[in-house]
Amino acid sequence: MTKPKVAFYWCAACGGCEETVVDLAEQILDVVAAVDIVFWPVALDFKRKDVEAMPDKSIAACFLNGAIRTTEQEEMAHLLRRKSQTLLAFGSCAQLGGIPGLANLWQRESVLERVYQECPSNVNLDGVRPSRQYRDNGHSVTLPTLFDTVLTLDQVVDVDYYVPGCPPTPKLLLEAVQALLGGNLPPKGAVLAPDHALCEECPRKDTRPDKLMLTEFKRPHEALIDEEKCLMAQGLLCMGPATRGGCEALCVKGNMPCTGCFGPTSRVKDSGAKALSAFASLVNSNDEKEIAGILGNIADPVGTFYRYSLPSSLLRRKRVEA
Amino acid sequence: MPDGNHGPFEPRIVAFFCNWCTYLASDLAGTSRMKYAPNTRVVRVMCSGRVDPQFVLDAFARGADGVLIGGCHPGDCHYQEGNYKMLRRFHLLKRLLAQMGIEDERCRLEWISAAEADKLKAAVNDMVEKVRALGPLHLAIPKEEFAEEEVAVS
Amino acid sequence: MQEPSERGSRASRVGVFVCHCGTNIAGTVDVCRLVEYAGTLPGVALAREYKYMCSDPGQELIQQEIREHGLDRVVVAACSPCLHEKTFRTATAKGGLNAYHFQMVNIREHDSWVHEDKDAALEKAKDLVRAAVRRVRLHQALETKRASINPDVLVVGGGIAGIHAALTLANAGKHVYLVEREPTIGGHMAKFDKTFPTLDCAACILTPKMTAVKAHPNITLWTLSEVTRVEGYVGNYQVNVTRKPRYVLEDLCVGCLECIEACVYQQAKVLDEFNLGLGKRKPIYIPFPQAVPLLVVIDPETCIEFKSHKCKKTCVEICGERNAIDFEQQDRTETIEVGTIILGTGFKVFDARRIPYYGYGTYPNVYTSLELERLVNASGPTGGEVVLRDGRTPKSVGIIHCVGSRDAHTNRYCSRVCCMYSLKLAHLIKEKTEADVYNFYIDMRTPGKGFEEFYNRVAEEGLKLVRGKVADVYPEGNGDGRLVLQVEDTLLGMVRKVPVDMVVLSVGLEAQADAQEVRRMFNITCAGEGFFLERHPKLAPVNTFTDGIFLAGCCQSPKDIPDTVAQAGAAAAEALALIDAGSIEMEPNTAYVLEEVCSGCKTCIPMCPYSAISFLEDKKKAEINEVLCKGCGTCVAACPSGSIRQNLFEDEEIFEEIEGVLTYA
Repeated sequence: MTKPKVAFYWCAACGGCEETVVDLAEQILDVVAAVDIVFWPVALDFKRKDVEAMPDKSIAACFLNGAIRTTEQEEMAHLLRRKSQTLLAFGSCAQLGGIPGLANLWQRESVLERVYQECPSNVNLDGVRPSRQYRDNGHSVTLPTLFDTVLTLDQVVDVDYYVPGCPPTPKLLLEAVQALLGGNLPPKGAVLAPDHALCEECPRKDTRPDKLMLTEFKRPHEALIDEEKCLMAQGLLCMGPATRGGCEALCVKGNMPCTGCFGPTSRVKDSGAKALSAFASLVNSNDEKEIAGILGNIADPVGTFYRYSLPSSLLRRKRVEA
Repeated sequence: MPDGNHGPFEPRIVAFFCNWCTYLASDLAGTSRMKYAPNTRVVRVMCSGRVDPQFVLDAFARGADGVLIGGCHPGDCHYQEGNYKMLRRFHLLKRLLAQMGIEDERCRLEWISAAEADKLKAAVNDMVEKVRALGPLHLAIPKEEFAEEEVAVS
Repeated sequence: MQEPSERGSRASRVGVFVCHCGTNIAGTVDVCRLVEYAGTLPGVALAREYKYMCSDPGQELIQQEIREHGLDRVVVAACSPCLHEKTFRTATAKGGLNAYHFQMVNIREHDSWVHEDKDAALEKAKDLVRAAVRRVRLHQALETKRASINPDVLVVGGGIAGIHAALTLANAGKHVYLVEREPTIGGHMAKFDKTFPTLDCAACILTPKMTAVKAHPNITLWTLSEVTRVEGYVGNYQVNVTRKPRYVLEDLCVGCLECIEACVYQQAKVLDEFNLGLGKRKPIYIPFPQAVPLLVVIDPETCIEFKSHKCKKTCVEICGERNAIDFEQQDRTETIEVGTIILGTGFKVFDARRIPYYGYGTYPNVYTSLELERLVNASGPTGGEVVLRDGRTPKSVGIIHCVGSRDAHTNRYCSRVCCMYSLKLAHLIKEKTEADVYNFYIDMRTPGKGFEEFYNRVAEEGLKLVRGKVADVYPEGNGDGRLVLQVEDTLLGMVRKVPVDMVVLSVGLEAQADAQEVRRMFNITCAGEGFFLERHPKLAPVNTFTDGIFLAGCCQSPKDIPDTVAQAGAAAAEALALIDAGSIEMEPNTAYVLEEVCSGCKTCIPMCPYSAISFLEDKKKAEINEVLCKGCGTCVAACPSGSIRQNLFEDEEIFEEIEGVLTYA
């Protein structure tokens, strides 16, 4: 009996999602025993042409992490979709756009200018920019082009399931693999994580007062954070109430507020808007100026509420003047 | 309303009106046969406190050029404080919209009591004019086009 | 991204019914094209039009089409849902569907009546119908909830409105709490001498009703009392009434009035409020001889005992063993439970000082019309003699109409009663003094039963009528106190200067100074002029937007006594209708928690002003008490995980509506 074939691929991502696979530790042996990894560029030497040579739908499941922001990533997404029976958006970037998705506050030109020219740590005296064609010593290569707008995986191809997290926990990956192997998958389109908010599993849940109203918002570096008490009750903007659970409150256990990488529950259309609504509603003032003052410490609303989800939000990107 | 492709630009404005004040002001404008710009489409909610910022973003994302939220005056909420909850959200929402490149005039919160049909009329007309001056919102993400760039030689 | 979870599938046999409302809608919105368009919308099985959808045949049509075509949802495009939503929900239910499988589209108040461009109006109607169709396809079957009605009624204000409403209810066997902040009931009417147009004496018709209130076993009368808190909802209001001290024990005082005689003040020295300062009273007093309750009251501001604690207390002495005087009395608060409330809180007269060129407060011989009422009143400070402050009888009197009415600088509205009472005062002054009486008017407004006849009668008595707005009142200059009225007589087309001995300002009626606070407490609305707003100017004139709270008399708008009494009767009838029905249908728009997915983050708990949301410590979840929830939906919008929903205003339904109005055909 042949083992089911599995592929891993990364697009616009930091590499953290790949770490999740490695973080399976000895359990990776169980995975390898059960499946046949046919494509995993970060670890195994397969090329794109190898994938192209595979029959369509011959890969049982492809775990694709990273957002889509170059022509090459788009092509690979299409290719892997064609070759795979099940395509999973693995991690925040593929699911929601992730941290790279914050580039949607700018446009390609300003991103390139910042990264290659303005950035104070750069040494680029000639102001070289990546270009589509590169010729050297008689050889020429065509480089992928950067998109103006960062896309989520499902804005490019049809996605079957989502595994949330920045990165997903090894536990969630293992559960996903087990569900795939056992054939007990939820309906298509599901996020393979619990559908409640993080507070449900937070060890500090009981310490939140029933009628907590907020009089200030502190950023983590501005507070001496109590290790037992609800972070919201300490004036920290903890995205836990607005974020899907499943991580077992990893950040909170590390005494840092949740930043929302698991995205919204299935009942929320736009995670940032919902989180904004919840936190603003709790501001303990009816006076316009005072309200502005209290909310003023949220320096960057988009970066706060859409840290991982700007491309999947309702507005998707900063408006481009027509 | 023209679809925006022909004729002069007609702003599309989605209005979320609370049942007890602004919706009734709108009814009163009707019974008083006041005339105002036909660009708003009212979505009735019981209280401005029911207006989820998701509704506002959804309206913009689906093609609204402006969003008008109408509630009872501060202190007059039929549900005591729902309008204050909206006010708090509105403040942060406006900052978020600004970051997303959506002009201030496109999203408005107005306190209009059931008796203020004239204020309703003025608010709608004023907003339509201001949004008309701004032009269509055009949130659609431009299609990616890649010009063949110059070949660089090292 | 994944779509929010949806409950069930979309209904697919929607019936759309478009009302012409005669020409109200059809005159502006092309109903044929709207119906044609509605028929093409996904999920619509049938679209029909009818001249008057709210009529019986219109409602029949809906029911018949539901049955014949197996419709599963109904959309009616007609007037405001505030007017006929209930009508059509009932028709939908009679047709065999759940009443809430219905959505109403407002194409009259929000469209045909406010737009002139017919194309734009049609497009708007299409958008709104499309949104409603999309929305209604998601509607869930809901059960109508009912609230029981406590049969006790609170009537606020003891003027003629409150008195009449209280008596009507009490006679029908209902228990009424009548709360009045003054020491006596009677209101403004008790100050009047005669009433227009019949000239019957106000006291003769009012005082028997006041006495009846006091004597009625079903009426609890609390004077010197104010409502300080209102909570609850129709059928179940909890009300706090703060009862101010009278310093005389109601149960013990028999109204012998001997204490007033015995007061250490030999003479009445305090300006008498009831007589608008034209007379004097003692610190212990009764407001007027027919006051109800006929109990003395002590004014702590002027009573020596309160100031120095060294009074001989001759009043206590004379009261003797009865011991009815109690200087230690304090505020106390009574909490009552009532099912319905009638507000008859009345009006205040326009402050004539606001128009300085009429000289009120500057020239002693300028009076307000209400002061004149006291002067012509037989039980007034002058025993019914019309005399100036110096005791002279005026030989000529000028009555200026519309003071504080129909004036862009003060109040734009017409106070409705001034023309008639000015004619009445002219008649009474003439009768009592034989003076020349001038009435300066802008327009003579006498619509009402017997009003025009009264005008003719008074005019024939030799009344001098001058059409024109008085521009100035100034002293004649020779120091005899005579005043000159300068006016452009618009009938003669010339400016006239009319010297008179006495000027009477026919002041308009304004909302009470604390109308805004009162309205907030009762959760009702004020119109622009400050009067309480009725639910519908024609069809629900005594109802408010808050169920179970009704209006009577001048707190709603200026009106005369017959109209006030009629309105008070109507308000009582509305309250009775609720009481006798025993319960009322409640809009099932409550919020509810999806317990399985609630994370227990507690964001919702401080959102609720009614404490309807509690945290279940055992389950670590939020729970909404359906009885306490009033359906504002604030918690729904604030729930960060989308785990609170609201009946009738579900997120998906609103998103469908948004998409509906923005999707272009």
